[in-house]
Amino acid sequence: MHIKFKNYKLKLLHTSLDVVEEKISGVGKALADQRELYLGLLYPTEDYKVYGYVTNSKVKFVIVVDSSNTSLRDNEIRSMFRKLHNSFTDVMCNPFYNPGDPIQSKAFDSIVSTMMVQAC
Amino acid sequence: MEDGRMRVKCNFSGDQKFLENGRCVSKLESMGFRVGQGLIERFTKDTPRFKDELDVMKFICKDFWTSVFKKQIDNLRTNHQGIYVLQDNKFRLLTHLSAGKQYLEHAPKFLAFTCGLVRGALSNLGVKSIVTAEVSVMPACKFQVMIQKM
Repeated sequence: MHIKFKNYKLKLLHTSLDVVEEKISGVGKALADQRELYLGLLYPTEDYKVYGYVTNSKVKFVIVVDSSNTSLRDNEIRSMFRKLHNSFTDVMCNPFYNPGDPIQSKAFDSIVSTMMVQAC
Repeated sequence: MEDGRMRVKCNFSGDQKFLENGRCVSKLESMGFRVGQGLIERFTKDTPRFKDELDVMKFICKDFWTSVFKKQIDNLRTNHQGIYVLQDNKFRLLTHLSAGKQYLEHAPKFLAFTCGLVRGALSNLGVKSIVTAEVSVMPACKFQVMIQKM
């Protein structure tokens, strides 16, 4: 039961990354604002809502929120992405960090934990 | 990762000195690459998404160059087929050397880091390239960017 749930989350993440790719490639219907970094709600499923954000350096951030959490507003999600972007930029500027490696920065982790606690 | 190489126009006496110099220049270039990656992350944090490759090059020539060297690139030329030449008539890292032929052969050492900087910045914007530089008249220099198809 537990493994099935984990696989579902992975599948959700992969699908949402595909949606992100679709949005930034610009093919198909005209998109809302091509120049914006925030992508908005990628797609809702029955249990989760997935939001996307792509930086100019092609780094993709995905936030998955429980559908039962209706109190989170759009601008709160936007500010969460900005905080993530800011703290990711700090990680990138750390000369000991090798781009592409998993992030091990404590500062980054604490920002993410604080955001998750605030959102709940 | 180590595709960009710094092609230098210089003459050295002795093979040993030549090899050592080449290694140092490569090292400078790769250091510049890593710094360029970090810098571009910071500089593009609040900018809107880039439309195309030319947009990216214009950003490098204006905003990026201004943030790093306090001036813009003086001239950008392209053949619209992936080659760009960025001309800086008063390159900050060369202005403290006396103009004229005396230090012309040492100029490439001062350009290696910047070549890496440009290559690293472009790399993180999704553009793979080879960046070389040449100096003909101090303190002017030209950076040549060759876009590599991914």
